[in-house]
Amino acid sequence: MNKTSPSLADAVSDIPDGVQLMIGGFGGSGAPIELIHALIDRFRATGSPKNLTVINNNAGNGAIGIAAMIKAGMVRKMICSFPRSSNAEAFNEKYLAGEIELELIPQGTLAERIRARGAGIPAFYTPTSFGTELAEGKPTETFDDKMYVQELWLKADFALIKGHDGDETGNLTYRLAGRNFNPLMAMAADRTIAQVSNLRAPGSIDPEAVVTPGIFVDKIVEVPAPQQEEVLVRRGVVY
Amino acid sequence: MSGFNLMEDKLTNAQIAWRAAQDIEDGSYVNLGIGFPEMIAKFQPDGRDVTYHTENGVLGFGKAPAEGQEDWDLINAGKKAITLKPGASFFHHADSFSMVRGGHLDLAVLGAYQVAQNGDLANWRVGTKGVPAVGGAMDLVHGAKRVAVVTDHVTKDGGPKLVEACTFPLTGVGCVTRVYTSLAVIDIEDSKFVLREKLPGITLDALQAVTGATLHIVGEVAELNVPEGIS
Repeated sequence: MNKTSPSLADAVSDIPDGVQLMIGGFGGSGAPIELIHALIDRFRATGSPKNLTVINNNAGNGAIGIAAMIKAGMVRKMICSFPRSSNAEAFNEKYLAGEIELELIPQGTLAERIRARGAGIPAFYTPTSFGTELAEGKPTETFDDKMYVQELWLKADFALIKGHDGDETGNLTYRLAGRNFNPLMAMAADRTIAQVSNLRAPGSIDPEAVVTPGIFVDKIVEVPAPQQEEVLVRRGVVY
Repeated sequence: MSGFNLMEDKLTNAQIAWRAAQDIEDGSYVNLGIGFPEMIAKFQPDGRDVTYHTENGVLGFGKAPAEGQEDWDLINAGKKAITLKPGASFFHHADSFSMVRGGHLDLAVLGAYQVAQNGDLANWRVGTKGVPAVGGAMDLVHGAKRVAVVTDHVTKDGGPKLVEACTFPLTGVGCVTRVYTSLAVIDIEDSKFVLREKLPGITLDALQAVTGATLHIVGEVAELNVPEGIS
């Protein structure tokens, strides 16, 4: 099964308005910058997609990637654990002006809610956030004399992720700490679009080295020598 | 009175980090919170083999690379560039937090705005203004076998950070077991602050005066001494 997309523009061509969109990466590591920028290009050319709910650990940095999506006005709501950082002006300005919604989720709960959707588990219990304002309104339960909070799976219509090696069946590896949320989001979204640095023939990746099996990936596009978010932010690049 | 000047004679953050580092056991898996707690790794005693965990999915990382040598795909939870030690591994976020929640870490050390005598911790938000952000703190306080805090004993205004009950929004309930402050080492046992060590220069009365809940004394209170050269 060949899932190769001929271009970045093609890879993101069928993401409609108003969807819930997972975007991989933690800080600048593992962020699919080229896919995000292709989506921004489409928005600038056609006005779509807009009113997006974006799920990421952070809320964008500098003036590229998710921050540029926010600045462009494509994002209605962020679901994340840590929107506050030194270069998060794009989100901060809109949030403080009441122009963007925020759902704040503890980082491990965010990861597990994404994993749970990918694994088909609608709810689970975690000790995280018990007794805090982030648990308000959520059911609690005692197990072995300890209190736990019920959390629901987190769904997405699409995921944009970044792998390192990939093959046309969608098998993926990741580079260094760039793995982070990418394998979880690949599992959780209805449709997963992956950019990879090296698109190789099936059989080129050792089956024992595959981190994300191709069943979780719908489209794959090669981006040789991808841009690195942190490097772009440090250079002050504006997209 | 002893002439102890609270603001001048208290321990620096580096000195608090040194003291906390002395309790990290050989062979342990440890998560150090972003910022001040990260400093503890610098003071890891010789001869102890410690594996550091970072939430974004690395076990066994080492020092920061030299400037110009950074690979920004290789970062810690504070988004700082790191290096790997032999035996390091990568994993996704759900596995990373399984290590946390599943009780596989021996120790997590965090900073604090407030610690209550029952072990409640407030360290993520001081009010309702600005942009809230929680990260992995609420996960880390539930799961590590020991949860310790490093903190100044008092706020910048001189008010207590060790209190009867937290007034800031909670990070976790009853989770902290030991607090290393700029004046003392305090355990939390049976919802009480138990004083284990204090700076030799401060009297018990003076220490109690800057602590927002009763300090209990069980057995001997040792002197908290930090070697020369750590500042």
